[in-house]
Amino acid sequence: MITPKLILLVAALAPLFGAIVSGLFGSKVGRAGAHTVTIAGVLVSFLLSCYTLYQLVTGGWGVFNENIYTWFEVGPLSAHVGFLVDRLTAVMMVVVTSVSLLVHVYTIGYMHEDPGYQRFFSYISLFTFSMLMLVMSNNFMQLFFGWEAVGLVSYLLIGFWFKRPTAIFANMKAFVVNRVGDFGFLLGIAAVLLWFGSLDYATVFRTADATLSGKTLEIIAGHPWQAATVIGVLLFIGAMGKSAQVPLHVWLPDSMEGPTPISALIHAATMVTAGIFMVARMSPLYELSETALSFVLIVGATTALFTGLIGIVQNDVKRVVAYSTLSQLGYMTVALGVSAYSAAIFHLMTHAFFKALLFLGAGSVIIAMHHEQDMRYMGGLKKYMPITFITGWIGTLALTGFPGFSGFFSKDAIIEAVHESHRFGAGYAYFCVLLGVFVTALYSFRLIYLTYHGKERFVVEHKDSTHAQSHHADEHGHHEPGHLEHAPHESPWVVTLPLILLAIPSVVLGWFAIGPMLFGDFFAGAIFVKEGGPLAELAREWHGPGAMLWHGIMAPPFWLALAGFALATYVYLFNRQIAQRAATLFAPLYRLLQNKYGVDDLYFALFARGGIKLGRGLWRGGDVAVIDDGLVNGSAALVQGVAARVRRVQSGYLYHYAFAMILGLIVLLGGLWLAAR
Amino acid sequence: MFANWPLLSLLIWLPILGAIPLLLAGDRRPAAARTLALLITSVTFLLSLAMLSGFGASVAAAGTTDLGLLKNMHLQENLLWIEALNVRYHLGVDGISVALVLLTTFTSVLVVILGWGSVDNKVAQYMAAMLVLEGLMVGVFCALDALLFYVFFEGMLIPMFILIGVWGGARRVYATLKFFIYTFFGSIFMLIGLLYLYFKTGTFELAELAKVGLGAQEQAWLFFAFLIAFAVKVPMWPVHTWLPDAHVEAPTGGSVVLAAIMLKIGGYGFIRFSLPIVPDASMEYAWIVIAMSLIAVVYVGYVALVQEDMKKLIAYSSIAHMGFVTLGVFISLSLARSGNATGAAIGIQGAMVQMISHGFISGAMFASVGVLYDRMHTRMIRDYGGVVNTMPRFATLFVLFAMANCGLPGTSGFVGEFWVILAAFQHNPVVGALAAFTLIIGAAYTLWLVKRVIFGEVANENVAQLQDMDARETFVLVTLAIAVLLFGLWPQPLGNLMDAPIADLVKHIVISKGA
Repeated sequence: MITPKLILLVAALAPLFGAIVSGLFGSKVGRAGAHTVTIAGVLVSFLLSCYTLYQLVTGGWGVFNENIYTWFEVGPLSAHVGFLVDRLTAVMMVVVTSVSLLVHVYTIGYMHEDPGYQRFFSYISLFTFSMLMLVMSNNFMQLFFGWEAVGLVSYLLIGFWFKRPTAIFANMKAFVVNRVGDFGFLLGIAAVLLWFGSLDYATVFRTADATLSGKTLEIIAGHPWQAATVIGVLLFIGAMGKSAQVPLHVWLPDSMEGPTPISALIHAATMVTAGIFMVARMSPLYELSETALSFVLIVGATTALFTGLIGIVQNDVKRVVAYSTLSQLGYMTVALGVSAYSAAIFHLMTHAFFKALLFLGAGSVIIAMHHEQDMRYMGGLKKYMPITFITGWIGTLALTGFPGFSGFFSKDAIIEAVHESHRFGAGYAYFCVLLGVFVTALYSFRLIYLTYHGKERFVVEHKDSTHAQSHHADEHGHHEPGHLEHAPHESPWVVTLPLILLAIPSVVLGWFAIGPMLFGDFFAGAIFVKEGGPLAELAREWHGPGAMLWHGIMAPPFWLALAGFALATYVYLFNRQIAQRAATLFAPLYRLLQNKYGVDDLYFALFARGGIKLGRGLWRGGDVAVIDDGLVNGSAALVQGVAARVRRVQSGYLYHYAFAMILGLIVLLGGLWLAAR
Repeated sequence: MFANWPLLSLLIWLPILGAIPLLLAGDRRPAAARTLALLITSVTFLLSLAMLSGFGASVAAAGTTDLGLLKNMHLQENLLWIEALNVRYHLGVDGISVALVLLTTFTSVLVVILGWGSVDNKVAQYMAAMLVLEGLMVGVFCALDALLFYVFFEGMLIPMFILIGVWGGARRVYATLKFFIYTFFGSIFMLIGLLYLYFKTGTFELAELAKVGLGAQEQAWLFFAFLIAFAVKVPMWPVHTWLPDAHVEAPTGGSVVLAAIMLKIGGYGFIRFSLPIVPDASMEYAWIVIAMSLIAVVYVGYVALVQEDMKKLIAYSSIAHMGFVTLGVFISLSLARSGNATGAAIGIQGAMVQMISHGFISGAMFASVGVLYDRMHTRMIRDYGGVVNTMPRFATLFVLFAMANCGLPGTSGFVGEFWVILAAFQHNPVVGALAAFTLIIGAAYTLWLVKRVIFGEVANENVAQLQDMDARETFVLVTLAIAVLLFGLWPQPLGNLMDAPIADLVKHIVISKGA
């Protein structure tokens, strides 16, 4: 019997199967076997996800909510593994599996010389499974499960090249910073259990209003906190870790130490959006607290603008895209903060495609440049790699919100929604997202120009030699910067095909999806918004994507993006000296951005060094000095003094001690016996 | 078919008596000693499985009178031991004991296999000590008579003392003395407490002691007597400093047993003695234990961060993780008495699951360090680096155990901590938050260890020459890995096993005993 349950189970487990085969039997199945089985697994999962979405959209299935098995039961409380699949879930499933599938294919090209080939495929399939478990969950326990599992795979993949000191520092940093978020997240779950007595979404969402109204938590006497605010803020702290929101954003740029395919899959398209998805999923809870949503709004706005600014001064092609990801995640968070959850999910979806495209394009450039990532040694690549170049432009236009491209619809919807919102912090957020548009265009076109246009700033040493590819994925940077052994060349089809396939939704997706998703009832029943949300306001003025396009050309974001584009064009295409001069002229500002506002240094000094200092202090001061030397050895010295007098009994043989102990025990028991008589 | 066997006695005495031929044979035939030890521990393990299978079948002793906490006790054996004192050889197991007995017999098999290659000196005596230790530990978990418990509890010290003292490292004498004095000091107080109860009631039967009414003052004295005894065993801050020293000096097998099983006896003691016998004092002074547990999580977490010796680091990590056991047990009182029976049950279940899980994880961690030590003869973190390059299989398993140590979902390490944190939040959100701090500090010290030992370029010549694990070592670590994953993904059987006794315990501690 083919039931929805079976289909969903197969969709979730197929990637796990691939991961196990490739991971445990990698040497037996070989490279081809490993990529075949994992790609097959993800393909099955993708097709079934599409089928699921189709069935849910056409009404073939109702919302699926069933438990699969009981994980742990204590009295009336039950924690289980189960699926809640509605249209929100199905959209996420399709996004995750489609990007994952393309990344799997791309990896064949990107990692083809890496000795850890099978291991890599195993990890990315395991990631796909974990991510599916996260989005398909119907309860908080499994959500946390998936939440941490994707964190684990992210850890393993950032540190994939485990010989690199920077990689193994970055993965530890990523895990620990994420754990700071998870700390809040777990407490949020604990708070849910405290007030609802259940970990099931359905129960919690259904009774949210009635249960939480009037409930408070008073940690500091005289300052009661609303229950909904406590839950909202705590859960959002988890999202701040996973979705890299200020001030827990520091791990994401460093995560670029991992191979590029996972930067696209995990650190751009899917895992980092888990926090966005989570808040959208919890909309019935968040709608109960204005305070929590304002918190979300302000954090998101800060992230959107200030991380984007750092992107302007980065020279590593992947880091530019990474800061862009941070900034775009900020946009999504802003959308959540103004209760435009579906706009957040919509931007999540379009962003997944165009950002995966940009990352994979960057990867293609990195292959061509023999693992040189510094844009200062690139330039003029358009003639060597036309497909990467064109798709790169498409991705950039989508990211900067060029009218008609998918990013235009999703980003403009967010900006409009913020404009409509009257929530505390909305004014600040509007300023941030608007200015962010300019910043986005500036760093994006800077990247395009520095990479593909202008003069070649690299030297090819053996122009004549054939393409005997000598680059080892795990050994970059061993040559002099800017010196290539062979001329750059377009990447193989396994790399360019995913680029083309990602370019298509980057262009057209917005046009088709915006109507139903934002202004229709596509997410009815999955996302809950109180009366009078900003999207409802916008819906009244909605006259189809064409009208929005027309309206968009006359709105400030377009002109700001154009200004960014113009500035980038002038500076990086025609007059590069200006950039140098600006850097000297505004040296303090430049340094501030270069140092990432000093946040990383501050954390390192405060938490890493500080933690070690504190640990040493507690150990040497507490354990060794006070407890051991003071109390224990002090008493021991006393005992020793006594023992010196009875030294004759000490033979030095442990057996004798042991025997004496047994004897003592017997005497003790004997004494007891006597006492009792 | 095992329903009528004296299974528990077999589980206790088979290993202890099995040690005799080993000792008689002496050092002449180490191979035979190893085989015999493996045989005995394996049979004991199989018998413990039989205990599990016969567990549901043999219902507790008949009689409709108030059995109290005895009513979940299966496979009882009740003989008079010392008539004049009314001391009884009374054994029995409920779900809590069964879980711990299984952990003991399971670990003992692995420890014998582990010692197979790494112990060359006085093999027969080593194995004999392990066997005696196993029997005594099983005895602790089965004893229903307080004095019988005490005899096993104290007796256990002897073989461990010998294990560290004979097969230990350079500072073994200091470590053994510290270990011995600490634990002996602690248990004296328990003995005095038990004697007091005996003179008051005329019995050592645990079930009777649980029923007897006690005044607030009496309970307070008894509570602190038990607290000292069990806090040393767990060990809790600030009586924990014996553990890192003992671990560092102990041979690998000794460390594994110490971490995997012996520490659990402290937690078990709290559940068997403190909670049922002195519930009111436990309630009143719970804040002390809770504070000590939280210090274990936070303070000891920081101390673990800066350790330079792998074994010390894992030892401190053990203390931090055992903090969840004591926390889970003692938050249950206020929860139960405020009508939140589910919250209380979650706390105790979490504590119990944490004990079992910590048995696997810390056992695995110490076994892993043993694998490295056997090759490099150093425990210092700075002597390692890039082990993954030469020992990929070992590295994979080590990372798995490290993740379990961080409490990653999907491993057994998550289950107990998850429940305890959830329950602690219900007790008091601040307590919950401090307990949840382990998410951060636990990850920090464990992953930093992994980074320095496992990852990176090959650090030196010695690491370059490392051989990956042989079949024997692989078997031990893979077995533990399976256990860690199995109970992480499917902990329900463990929950089912302990559900009934924990529910009854929660009902019991709600009722005030004030005389």
